[in-house]
Amino acid sequence: ATIYLYEKKNGPGTGVASRQHRHESFEQAPIYVAVMTYLGFGIVTLFGYFRDFLRAVGLEKCHLARERDEQKDFVPLYQDFENFYTRNLYMRVRDNWNRPICSLPGPVFDLMERVSDDYNWTFRLTGRTLHNVINVGSYNYLGFAENNADFLKTVADKTRQYGVGVCSTRQEIGNLGIHEELEQLVAKFLGVESSMTFGMGFATNSMNIPAIVGKGCLILSDELNHTSLILGARLSGATIRVFKHNNMHSLEKMLSEAVCSGQPRTHRPWKKILIMVEGIYSMEGSVVRLPEIIALKKKYKAYLYLDEAHSIGAVGASGRGVTELFDVNPADVDVMMGTFTKSFGAAGGYIAGKKKLVDYLRSHSHSAVYASAMSPPVTEQIIRAMKCIMGKDGSTEGIRRVRQLAENTRYFRARLKEMGFIIYGNDDSPVVPILLYMPGKVVAFAREMLERRIGVVVVGFPATPITEARARFCLSAAHTRAMLDQVLHHLNEVGDALCLKFSRKKYSSWSDLSDETDFELGS
Amino acid sequence: MNFKNFTEYLAWLYYQYLLITGIYVLEPWEKSIFNSILFSAIAMVIYTSYVFVPIHLCLTLQLSVMMQNYL
Repeated sequence: ATIYLYEKKNGPGTGVASRQHRHESFEQAPIYVAVMTYLGFGIVTLFGYFRDFLRAVGLEKCHLARERDEQKDFVPLYQDFENFYTRNLYMRVRDNWNRPICSLPGPVFDLMERVSDDYNWTFRLTGRTLHNVINVGSYNYLGFAENNADFLKTVADKTRQYGVGVCSTRQEIGNLGIHEELEQLVAKFLGVESSMTFGMGFATNSMNIPAIVGKGCLILSDELNHTSLILGARLSGATIRVFKHNNMHSLEKMLSEAVCSGQPRTHRPWKKILIMVEGIYSMEGSVVRLPEIIALKKKYKAYLYLDEAHSIGAVGASGRGVTELFDVNPADVDVMMGTFTKSFGAAGGYIAGKKKLVDYLRSHSHSAVYASAMSPPVTEQIIRAMKCIMGKDGSTEGIRRVRQLAENTRYFRARLKEMGFIIYGNDDSPVVPILLYMPGKVVAFAREMLERRIGVVVVGFPATPITEARARFCLSAAHTRAMLDQVLHHLNEVGDALCLKFSRKKYSSWSDLSDETDFELGS
Repeated sequence: MNFKNFTEYLAWLYYQYLLITGIYVLEPWEKSIFNSILFSAIAMVIYTSYVFVPIHLCLTLQLSVMMQNYL
């Protein structure tokens, strides 16, 4: 088990215990778990080959796209083998994903019941609705996915004023007054000079990185970066090097080697070196080591691109993200990027930083020039959510939600560790992955939890390493203590029924933890 | 966990076997194929050990006695 312990500096008015050991652990399961995981995958693969053989011979009907008989000798259109995993494992169990939801994704939601008659090749809706299923999968960190008419009054007013569609790009005639207001508010919220917002979070990364870096630049990106960052890096044409996840030695080695040797063949100095990291990594729940990266970046004169998709609004004493969590000056981060999908209950993304950078992006970013501008009701939702967090609407609702989220996170993580599950990630992050490892257990877990009226998200092979399938819990400020207790109670039962408690560490119980300010975690 | 009777405990053990080997995700006829192959393999192992292990033990004993006499 790799454990890294470091102390938080005493910041003014943090509101939580100022001497806190922030602890990240990635415990390894016993060896027999890995053996069983490979065994399970091996057996299902063998049956996959068997079924493929039956389909090829014609003994079984093939539900997938096939070329016509006349085209059999042409270049194949549908690459059979590459979809082996999809065809033979995912299709068997895909009733756990893409579940249709028919209410807003708040702390509880309604699901439409669907059944399959032919082992998940086709589905049909029975017409019944499952009411009040507890939602621990939505990115609703501060609970702004709500339909309370009082809170949404300004949104309704702005919709009446501006309509819903913008019908243009930002550069042409889609730059509304409400967009300018949002950008000034975002800049003030983050403590930077200026910011720019885009209609889609994924497009913010993939369309803006090509505008910032190009050929002759070097991108040092973390191993576990999101697909949008990787896509943007590849589109830009810069050289990409990957350093081990959150590993400062690996990053420093790459930086010093880059500065010394320069570009690959010509050995000219790199035009720019950009370090790309995320605030919270959503599959692991780990938090970036921001102070060390800033020290490295200053030493080697590189630039830092921080993607705060999951951490803005969700961490930090007043919801300002990882810069506040680590007490770092926001001006040290060159490009701050984030999305409004997670903590603000809207859609879209922003890029913030120095005024020169943002003005450059306004005319050179593909998203600004070609993509449609953000819709007015969505913009107003972000404005009212941000004002609520900052306290500008005159109430303490925002800070209450931030504190409630921190409290929920601490409680949930401590109780899970006490129960004996293996949890990844930092103690402050509201994203909690529980490791399930075996493919059979992943599927059984999702189905059992749905039976107990709890909707969870399970993630398997292509998104995670093959031996580390997990269930990912996203906590919300809208979850009450009673809801969390219910989820924990069911998790306890399902954990016993499915034998999921692999942890070999001993943790003190939750009631002991809340009494002491300095707790020791045995390993 | 509380099991009301022994059959429930056996059912839970069968469920664990399904989960660990990954058979849980397969269709019922595939489960039957795998179970019958595994059962016949185990039956063959048991039969072979029942028939041959005593003979092998006797022979090993004789061999070690012969080695003693030789040395």
